[in-house]
Amino acid sequence: MENLERIITEHPFFAGMTPEHLRLLAGCASNARFNAGQFVLREGEEANEFYLIRHGKVGLEVYTPNRGALTIQTLGEGEILGFSWLVSPHRWRFDARCIELTRAIALDGKCLREKSESDCRLGYELLKRFSHVMVEHLQSARLQLLNVYEAH
Amino acid sequence: MSTKPIDALALAPHAANPMLSRPYRVQKVRQETPDTFTLELEPEDKQPGMTFAPGQFNMIYAFGVGEVPISISGNPAQPNSLVHTTREVGTVTRAMRQLDVGDSLGVRGPFGVGWPVTESRGADVVIVAGGIGLAPLRPALYQLLAARKYYGKVVLLYGTRTPPDILFRRELQQWHSRFDLEVHVTVDRATGNWRGNVGVVTTLIPRAPFDPHSTVAMVCGPEVMMRFTVQELEKRGVALENIHLSMERNMKCAVGFCGHCQYGPTFICKDGPVFRYDRLQPLLAVREM
Repeated sequence: MENLERIITEHPFFAGMTPEHLRLLAGCASNARFNAGQFVLREGEEANEFYLIRHGKVGLEVYTPNRGALTIQTLGEGEILGFSWLVSPHRWRFDARCIELTRAIALDGKCLREKSESDCRLGYELLKRFSHVMVEHLQSARLQLLNVYEAH
Repeated sequence: MSTKPIDALALAPHAANPMLSRPYRVQKVRQETPDTFTLELEPEDKQPGMTFAPGQFNMIYAFGVGEVPISISGNPAQPNSLVHTTREVGTVTRAMRQLDVGDSLGVRGPFGVGWPVTESRGADVVIVAGGIGLAPLRPALYQLLAARKYYGKVVLLYGTRTPPDILFRRELQQWHSRFDLEVHVTVDRATGNWRGNVGVVTTLIPRAPFDPHSTVAMVCGPEVMMRFTVQELEKRGVALENIHLSMERNMKCAVGFCGHCQYGPTFICKDGPVFRYDRLQPLLAVREM
């Protein structure tokens, strides 16, 4: 637990949070390990956690009937996987599958949702950080849509 | 015996007249990706080849078709083999793609201001390339690696459309296996069994291993990609004066006479194509330019 608390405290994603909130986050955290090819999340399932990727690579996939699983984005060391736990109806929108052996810290989103209802400051601090993650994803998706490398 | 002095200009008239093409012969043709190819050229007159700085370009004349500006993608340390990599997108480049070994082309150049490779000694260097933008950066990378000990970390971040569009694939693999060079490749759309990164090239910047306070960035790709790349580099803390972009406009004469590539008070052909970002910044904000 001490080790997890240290990792969470030093992670840039949580920089600026109070010691009390960092302890609370560490209390909701556990180590996770996924083999290459293993699914971390499945589209449509309940979204009750998020992950700080410590090592490895995870692909976000969408399954299409004619083309199979398409990877739309990859996430790696230091990045955050999953924000649907924060947004109603709390269901994953994509599959997430490990491309290589991946180690992460899993945080219990359901617990944090409940705590955020009674501790608005915690909720706001989490929302600020996850808004940033969402905006980064949105901007990347827009750039991908632009198809900038196409000959014009 | 004739005592007539040798007329150097008659032997190499192109040396004095930048508008005059020098004939080159195709040595090799290589298909790099489905729409991109490389030509290796040698001078037909058997005189010494062209010395150039990384980032400079030549005007390539496909006889009877037309002339286009194309960056040099070869090794500055091997001037006898002139290398150009380009996409097959217009009349001239389509004609160039039809050429075979032994065919002729006209070459004028080299023109323009290149990458600040020597000036970056002592600093980390991050190269951000998008699509065909890797071609003008390859000579810089050759030069950096040839004098590797003079630089801090050297990082190449390369983004392209799909895995089959990856340029210089074999060389990228070789570079990737080096301990003194960090290479990260990403594609916008994954196809087949691609196990690498998926996402735009800008997503590689936040975690790339360089010291932003002592980094020179060299960026080449579509203008919109370069714009977002600069934003990410700035977020990391790279000083704007240490960011260099290679610009592309409609270059015709290549020596600043015709005005086709005029960009505000500058000419891309002679003041660029490589510019310091802080000098370009006010111009990039003008939408009509």
